[in-house]
Amino acid sequence: MLYRISPLVAYTVFFRGAFGSWYAISETLKRTIPLLLVGSGLALAFRAQVLNIGAEGQILFGAVAATWVALFLSPPAGVTLLVMFLLGFLAGAGWALIPAFLKTRFAVNEVLSSLMLNYVAFNVVLYLIAGPWKGKSVRGFTYTDTFPESAWLGTLGMTKVPYFTLFSGIVVAILGYYFLKKTAWGFELRIVGNSPDTARLLGISEERVIFLTMMLSGGLAGFAGVGEVAGIHHLLRHPSHISLGYGYTAIIVAWLARANPLATLLTAFLLGALISGGDALRVSLGIPFQVVSVFNGLILFFLIATERFGHYRVSVRRKVKG
Amino acid sequence: MMGEIILSTMNRSLVYAAPLLLATLGEIYAERAGVLNLGVEGMMMVGALSGFIAAYSTANPWFGVLVGGVVGGLFSLIHAFASVTLRANQTVSGLALTLLGTGLAGTLGRGWEGKMLAVPIRSLPEEVFRSCPGVVRMLFKDTNVLALLGVVFAVTLWFFLFKTRPGLWLRSCGENPAASDALGVNVWAVRYGAIFFGGIMAGLGGAYIAIAYRPSWSSGMTQGMGWLAVALTIFSFWNPLYALVGAYLFGALFHLAFRLQVWIAPEILNSLPYLFPVIALVFVSRFAFRKKIGVPAGLGKPYERGTSE
Repeated sequence: MLYRISPLVAYTVFFRGAFGSWYAISETLKRTIPLLLVGSGLALAFRAQVLNIGAEGQILFGAVAATWVALFLSPPAGVTLLVMFLLGFLAGAGWALIPAFLKTRFAVNEVLSSLMLNYVAFNVVLYLIAGPWKGKSVRGFTYTDTFPESAWLGTLGMTKVPYFTLFSGIVVAILGYYFLKKTAWGFELRIVGNSPDTARLLGISEERVIFLTMMLSGGLAGFAGVGEVAGIHHLLRHPSHISLGYGYTAIIVAWLARANPLATLLTAFLLGALISGGDALRVSLGIPFQVVSVFNGLILFFLIATERFGHYRVSVRRKVKG
Repeated sequence: MMGEIILSTMNRSLVYAAPLLLATLGEIYAERAGVLNLGVEGMMMVGALSGFIAAYSTANPWFGVLVGGVVGGLFSLIHAFASVTLRANQTVSGLALTLLGTGLAGTLGRGWEGKMLAVPIRSLPEEVFRSCPGVVRMLFKDTNVLALLGVVFAVTLWFFLFKTRPGLWLRSCGENPAASDALGVNVWAVRYGAIFFGGIMAGLGGAYIAIAYRPSWSSGMTQGMGWLAVALTIFSFWNPLYALVGAYLFGALFHLAFRLQVWIAPEILNSLPYLFPVIALVFVSRFAFRKKIGVPAGLGKPYERGTSE
C-alpha cells in the first residue's frame, strides 16, 4: 500500500477500531446515531425520487439553532433540551424548504441547490464561531462557550453514547417504515417515486410530496445536528468536527437500505462502523480520514452495479412467461 | 476609475474562471450526449493531484497538464461503465464518482499537502502585448496561455457541436437515442466518448488550478468548483458560447465579492459563490420555461435497445 503499511495491519486496526472493544463499539454507536436519524429521513425522500443531498447543511443548521437556544435564549432548565430539539428540527426543515421551493416553483434541480446550500451552511457556522458567537473564555480558538449543563444529553453508562438520540433514531426508523407502508401519505409518496405519470393520473400532488419529504428529511437532519452538539460536543465548533460528513454518508445509508427506513437500522450501523474504523486508521496509522470517502464511493458503485443485475433477472422471467 | 475597476475585474476573471470554463465545456458535451455526470468535482480533484505530482516530479508544468487531463479522462470511464454499460442511475453514479475522487485525492495526496510547485505555468510576459493599446494590455496583464486557450476551446467546441455532422450525431444521442440508433449512430460509442472528453476537460481544469492558478497542492483546492460547473452547464443552456459568457460572469462576481472583504465578513462573502448559481438557476429556468429551450430530452435516461423510454 501507498503508506507502506501492510493491508493486513490496516484491516486489523480498522476492525479493532470499529468492533474490537466496548470502547470501539460505543464509538461506532456514537457515529450510528446521526446516520440513522438522517438516513431514515433520506430513505423517505429517495423513495419519492427527491434527491436531497443537502443533509450536511441541514445538520449544521440544527446545530446552530440548538446553540442559539442553549447559549442565548436560555429557557427554563427543564425545557431547554425540548426547545433545542424542536427548533433544531424546524431549522433543518426550513433549510431544506429552500431547495423544495426552488424545485416546485422554478424547476431548479434539487441535487444542485441542496448541495450548494451545504457550502453556505458551512460558512455560516464558520462566521458564527469566529465572529458574533465566539466564546468569551476561549481566547485564540474559534468555538463558542460551553453549553450550560441543562443543555447536555445524558449518556449510556460510562460511554459517550447519548441514549435519547439513539432511542429516537430507532423509533424514527420504525415509524418511517410504518408511515411509508401504512399511511395514505406514505402511499402517495411511493406512487410519486415509482411512477410520476400514475401519480398525475390519480391526482396526487407531486408538490406536496416534495415539500413533505424535504421537510421530514431536513428536519431529521436538524434533529441529528442538535444531538451532536447537545450529546457530544456541548458547544458549537468547526463544522467539519460537528458533522464528519454524516450528511453525505447518510446518502449511502439510505441507498444501501434501498430507501427502506427499517433497513437503515442495519446500514447505519455498518456505515457507523466504517467511520469509526476509518477514524482508528487515522489515529494509529496516520491514514487521512478521506479514506472513508473512498470506501463510500466504492460501496455506492458496487451497489448501483448489482442493482442492475437484479433488474436483468426480472426481465428474463417475464420473457419466459410471455 | 470606474473603467479601471471594470478592466481589472475582467482581467482577474479571465484567470479565475478558466478551470470553471474548461470543466463546464466538458460537462456540456457529456450532457448533450445524454449523460448527466455529477462527478465533475471528483474528476477535477483527481486531475489536480495527478497533474500536480507529474509537474512536481518532472519540473515540466505542461507535462503535468497533460497527465491531469488524461487521468481525469480515465477516471470518468468508471462513470461511463456504470451509466452506459450497466445503465445504472446516473445521478447516484456521479455522486459516487465525486466521493471516490475527492476521497482518493485526499488520501493519496497527504504526502504532497502544502507543497509548492517550483516550475508553474507562468503568466505571459508583458512584452507580448507591448505593441497593443493600453486597454488590451490591462485586460491581458498576468494572464497565462492556458487561461486564454479556454476561449479558443469554447469557440471550437461550439463550432463542432452545432456546425458539423459528428456534432449533430452527438446531440441526437442526447435528444433521441433510439432514433439515432436506428439511423446507424453508435449511441454506446458516442456516449462513452462524450463522457471521456468531459473527464479530460475536468482533469485539465483541476490541473490548471494546481499548476497555474495556485501552484501548490491542498486537498480542498477545487472548493466545489466542479459543482459550479454542473450548475453553469444548465445556466448556459448546454451551449459552449453561453458557457464562455457565464463562466466569466461568475468569475467577475467572485472577484468583486473578494474586493468587498474590507466591509463584509469573509465567511459571508465565501458563501456567495455558492449562492450565485442557485439564484442564476432560478432566473434561467423561468426564462427557459417561457422560451421553451430545454434540457436534452434524453438526459439522464439510460438507453437500451428495443425499449421505448
